[in-house]
Parts: sequence; C-alpha cells; structure tokens
Amino acid sequence: MLTPEELSALYLSAKVAGFATAISLPFAILLAWILARHEFRLKYVVEALLHLPMVLPPVVLGYLLLIVFGGNGWIGQWLQQWGIQLAFNWKGAVLAAMIVAFPLMVQPIRLSFQMINPQLEQVANSLGVQPYKVFCSISLPLALPGILIGSILCFSRSLGEFGATITFVGNIPDETRTIPIAIYSLLQQPDGEQMALRLVLLSLGLAFAALLANYWIMQKYQQKIQER
Amino acid sequence: MLQCEFQYQKDAFSLDAAVQMQNSVLGIVGPSGAGKTTFLKLLLGLYQPQSGYIHLNKQILTDTNLKIHIPIHQRKIALVFQQAMLFPHMNVEQNLLYAKKWGKLEQEKFQLKEIAELLEIDHLLQRRIQQLSGGEAQRISIGRALLSSPELLLLDEPLTGLDTKLKQQILPFFTRIRDEIQVPMIYVTHHHEELEQLDAEIIELQDHQLSNSPR
Repeated sequence: MLTPEELSALYLSAKVAGFATAISLPFAILLAWILARHEFRLKYVVEALLHLPMVLPPVVLGYLLLIVFGGNGWIGQWLQQWGIQLAFNWKGAVLAAMIVAFPLMVQPIRLSFQMINPQLEQVANSLGVQPYKVFCSISLPLALPGILIGSILCFSRSLGEFGATITFVGNIPDETRTIPIAIYSLLQQPDGEQMALRLVLLSLGLAFAALLANYWIMQKYQQKIQER
Repeated sequence: MLQCEFQYQKDAFSLDAAVQMQNSVLGIVGPSGAGKTTFLKLLLGLYQPQSGYIHLNKQILTDTNLKIHIPIHQRKIALVFQQAMLFPHMNVEQNLLYAKKWGKLEQEKFQLKEIAELLEIDHLLQRRIQQLSGGEAQRISIGRALLSSPELLLLDEPLTGLDTKLKQQILPFFTRIRDEIQVPMIYVTHHHEELEQLDAEIIELQDHQLSNSPR
C-alpha cells in the first residue's frame, strides 16, 4: 500500500497533469488548426516558439517563468492584485507542465487536421453550413484520434515534469512536491533509496498505463474505421 | 439564372469569364489545367476574382466594384466533386441530412424520401459509407447536395473514375434532376457525350477564356 507521502505526491501529480491537459487542450486544438490549415507570414516564428520548450533546458524555462510570473515578475505582480499566486504554488506547477508539454500536444492534433481532406470541409460549407459548425461536425470528430493521443502525451509529460517545476514552484510537501520531485527529495536523504524506488516503480506503472491507453485508443479507432 | 463576368489571376494563371446560364444544364469542357475547376471555385466563393461580378437569381454573390463577396455557406450553391467526399464518420442517412441538421435552410425544397427515391438510394440509408460502391457513393453525394436546397448545383467531373457501365447507370439521374426537380446544373467534364446525353448547352474553356455571352 502507498504511504500518505506517496499518496500526496501521486494525487498532486495527477491534479497538476489533469489541469495542465484540460487547460491546454482548447489552445492546442486552436493552434493546431491554424498551423494545419492556414499559411501566414511569420508562421515559422510561431512554429519555433511552439517548439522552444522542447529544446530549452527545463531549468531555464523554470527560471524564465519565475522572472515573468514570480511575485516580482511583470505578470506575477499583476496577477497578485487579483489574489492569484503562481510561484511556489501548485497552480504554478500546472503552468510549468502546460508550457513544457504543449508542443507534444499540438503536434499529433495538427497531423490529424492535416490528414483531413480540405474538400470535405469545402463540401460541408457549400451545403450551407457555417465554418464553425463545419469545424465542430466534421473537422473535430475526424481529428479525434490526434486529440486523444495529444492529450495522453501531454498528461504523461506533465506527470514527469521536473526541471521547470522545481525551479519555478520549489519543493513544498503537499503543495508542489509531485512524484519526480518527491523522488529527488528522497534520493537526497541517506535512507531514502528504498522509498524512492517505490515511487520510481509507481512512475513506471503510470507511464506504461498511459502508453497502453494510447495504443488501446488507436486500436479502437482503427477497428471503428474498418467496421464502417 | 446565373450571370457572371469576371477576371481572375493567380501567379501565371489567368481566367477570363463571361457566362450567362440560359439552359438548365450548362456544360463546360476543356483540357486539363485550363481552369474548369477554378471557375467552379470562383462561383462557389472559394476564390475571389480581381474584378467583375457573379449574380445568381438576381442576388449579388460577388461584385468587386461594390466590394461584395458572399461567403460560401450563404451562396446556395452546392458542389459535387469527382470523388464523392462523403463524411466518413456518418452513415448514409446522416450524410444526406447533414445540411438539414447543421445548416440554416430557409426553405426545404426537397424531402429525404423524395430524393432517396429519385436517386434510388432509399435501401442504402442505414449503410456505412465504407460499404458503398463508387456509383452508390456518388449518388449519395448528389442527394446530399440536393437536400441542401441549392439554387445551383456544380458538378466537377462527377463521373470521372467510374467505369462506362456505372456512368450509364448514373447519367439518367442527372436527367431526372433536370426534368423532375429542376435544379440548374453546371457540369464540368472532359467528355462531350455526357453533356450531349443531358442536352446541355456546351461552352469550351480555351486560352483562359470562357464565354457564352457577348460583352
């Protein structure tokens, strides 16, 4: 059975990853749609910015978040007027996870949109249906596998987020100590290796379950397509 | 009635059109790459001409002088591509009723039963799209377009890719659409004989010019 500390880390990790995935999803769908369907000037700049979190060292990202969203940061100060504090708070861990995992979420959704024949949408428009309704009735359902895979990747990446999180929100038990941070803390203690190993196994189980879910969804979808 | 006169240019490609639709079926022929599909896309509103106008039943769809360009979903012009382009996540009935469910039909000209009988697809309504033959899929695509109550039906090489036997099975349905429910059609094809069977007025797209009316 899990100890209260392990349970707390597990609950916090799931909460952070869940919120990060849910909040990112509409933005990821919108950006994926724009990138898949529209050509515009400076598109390459948007693409570079999107992928930046994947190539930046996570600590750099965490530090940048601290500068911008910390108590003395430009946005952080403004948010504090509204009673919202992100640094050293679980909500900040959500923000860090969102930024790190966002490119992983956008990419499969974008590919799904690109695989839809634009003529399907043109035909739907020509039937007298407004573009946003065509998006809801044609594009979105056909992009569902990409949306599900993107969500699973975002959730899994958020579960494992460490560098940006520890830099931005620290290591506060029951507040910001997610599973990876808890493992790190335990490894700093002389007798913590056994407990760290338990959390490592838990992480492995979670990651494996996420990947299994990924494959299961793909298989179900392929079956559904073949049945049609 | 369709009346249009416009100039369209994109990179090295240009199209100069002056067309009045006199007959209930207007056939457009011309070599590949001449701009037949581009003409249809201009009528549909997917492309905008640099100058000119498009009027359908006295409604202005495009007028560059007046800076009017009605969006595709408000034009009441339905399109049938060479491929049926059925929505793969819906069954036949859902495809046919798509415009009714999601669109804003001011007036329903036709009912599902009427169109299903006309195109002889009433026995296919519960079928999955993947279970249809090429000819069945194309008839459903035509039925779906008609159920959006269009004032003009654009057919972009609708029989290309089907074998001769299937073509001969589907062509009479266009005649029935012309005679029984009287939806005007613009029919783009490489094959004169299809248009002759439909008793269409034929104009040829040549040297980037498409015209059947004096300027």
